[in-house]
Amino acid sequence: MASDQTTLTDLPNAVQTGFPTIRTVGVDGFLVSFAGALDERANRAALAFRAALERESWPGVAECATSLVSAFLRFDLAACDHDALRARLETLLASRNWYDAPLPEGRRLWRVPVVFGGDHGPQLAEAAELAGQSEGDAIATLCAQPVRVQTIGFAPGQPYLGQLPENWDIPRQTGLTPHVPEGALVVAIRQLIVFSVGTPTGWRHIGQTGLRLFRPEAEDPFLLRPGDEVLFHPADDLDRLRAARDGGAVAEALT
Amino acid sequence: MTRALTIHSATPGVSIQDMGRAGYLAQGLSRGGAADLLAMAEGAALLGQPDTCAALELAGGAVALSASDDMRIALTGADMRATLDGAPLVWGASHALPAGARLDISPLRGGFGTLHLAGGLVPTVTMGARSAHLAAGLGRAVQASDVIPVGADTGHRTGLRLPENPLDTTLRLVPSLQTRLFGTDTLDRLEHTAFTKDARGNRMGQRLVPDGDGFATAEGLSILSETIVPGDVQITGDGMPYVLLSECQTTGGYPRIGTVLPCDLPKLLRAGPGTAFTMRFVPLEDGVALERAEATRRASLSRLLQPLLRDPREIPDLLRYQLVSGVTAGDDLDQRPQRGAA
Repeated sequence: MASDQTTLTDLPNAVQTGFPTIRTVGVDGFLVSFAGALDERANRAALAFRAALERESWPGVAECATSLVSAFLRFDLAACDHDALRARLETLLASRNWYDAPLPEGRRLWRVPVVFGGDHGPQLAEAAELAGQSEGDAIATLCAQPVRVQTIGFAPGQPYLGQLPENWDIPRQTGLTPHVPEGALVVAIRQLIVFSVGTPTGWRHIGQTGLRLFRPEAEDPFLLRPGDEVLFHPADDLDRLRAARDGGAVAEALT
Repeated sequence: MTRALTIHSATPGVSIQDMGRAGYLAQGLSRGGAADLLAMAEGAALLGQPDTCAALELAGGAVALSASDDMRIALTGADMRATLDGAPLVWGASHALPAGARLDISPLRGGFGTLHLAGGLVPTVTMGARSAHLAAGLGRAVQASDVIPVGADTGHRTGLRLPENPLDTTLRLVPSLQTRLFGTDTLDRLEHTAFTKDARGNRMGQRLVPDGDGFATAEGLSILSETIVPGDVQITGDGMPYVLLSECQTTGGYPRIGTVLPCDLPKLLRAGPGTAFTMRFVPLEDGVALERAEATRRASLSRLLQPLLRDPREIPDLLRYQLVSGVTAGDDLDQRPQRGAA
């Protein structure tokens, strides 16, 4: 078993300082990253690069997706290999400045009511303290500005929203909260997430929305899209939100 | 009348699975589908049909059911206890399921087993597949009194088995996005640590308990959420490794120390809780070669099929066998007193 030390020091996917980078994911995937930390331009670059991958539709590519600042590509090992695909990715990367890409079209602003604190956000006080704010100031900060859907991921239709002010660069907790419900608003590392399913999590649970982000029975099963913006506002009656269409959220087109 | 199974009872770990839904990763929906892809290939070979036919996945669960019509079944994955109207059936083989007969399946040591139906299970297609994605709330687990339609079957052979294929307990890993964060000392310790399969495990992931310290990194709590693939070994904040499975999340912020080769996941899935595993890194190119070789082997499984019972004309001492009931003398099938094809 010790014979693999050389493998570990020769990793092809080492953390690098220059971006964009191409790294392998598992045995049949590539990740093209445009930054090492959350970054607005890198986020747009990732969305645009993924759209370009879809347009190219290289043979053997099984699936593409984006995360916050990266585009992911999974391929069929029977149909292509790492060297050929890496070369194609390098060529595509060099073909333009991806950081100049505009945001996707058809974006919307969603106004979303949230019940903060109490039973519906039991870690609000803890999160506010980590951010150096009172509970009241924390709610005011989180509702002051729209946050953008930087990516959809983890669970179906689930948005990663950001970016929050620097004092909200708070770590995830070391243990997992065994369960937070669908629609929960959680926070860590200058981001908010609204959970699309009930789930265990390492993020801190600060509030509850009535949103149903994934509706498998619907024509369009996913409520939010990358690039959409979300402006939260405090509410106090969760049952009413849950009964309302789209959890009481209303959308308008962004121009 | 439509061919169908009627479920008499089912524990929570029973669900309909096929090859899942590719293409929704960008919307946060992982592919899902059968956790044990080797089991899907084995069931397909035993019944002479494509591996895309939906089957009943028994994730440590138990089920009792009967069929509306005469059907053919195959039993694959983790060894489980199966009886047809009370008579034991050989696991890892194909059998007849006569109309109205009661099939009972329950766990032996634990792990994921699969019940395949000739013609496949054909519930309504949702978002391009028949499988339930339990973590996403897409479909649901099978429940008592469910009636599940079964597709048409043009085949007729039963009483086939595949050769024994004992699986070892070494999980081979390729490096992942955050492997480096852990440092060579920790990675070396990972390869020299025994891990016990925990009772906690489901279609999302399987917890492994290290014999000794966990593998936490301070840096790991603040890394950017990044793409996850099945097989990733995620280290949560308390240092516990989870091997992520077919219903894993699509992105996640806990670091992954490596990725288990997809062809090694059946080892983990078929083992019972308490089984000891080791992890070993292999270079990416070796991982690719192993994966390709296993894909080739899976595709040619039907060449390895063997009859479960020998042809009576070739058996010299027919009187040893109770041919009417199909119950054997008990020593011709690996000394297991189980019933073969009806």
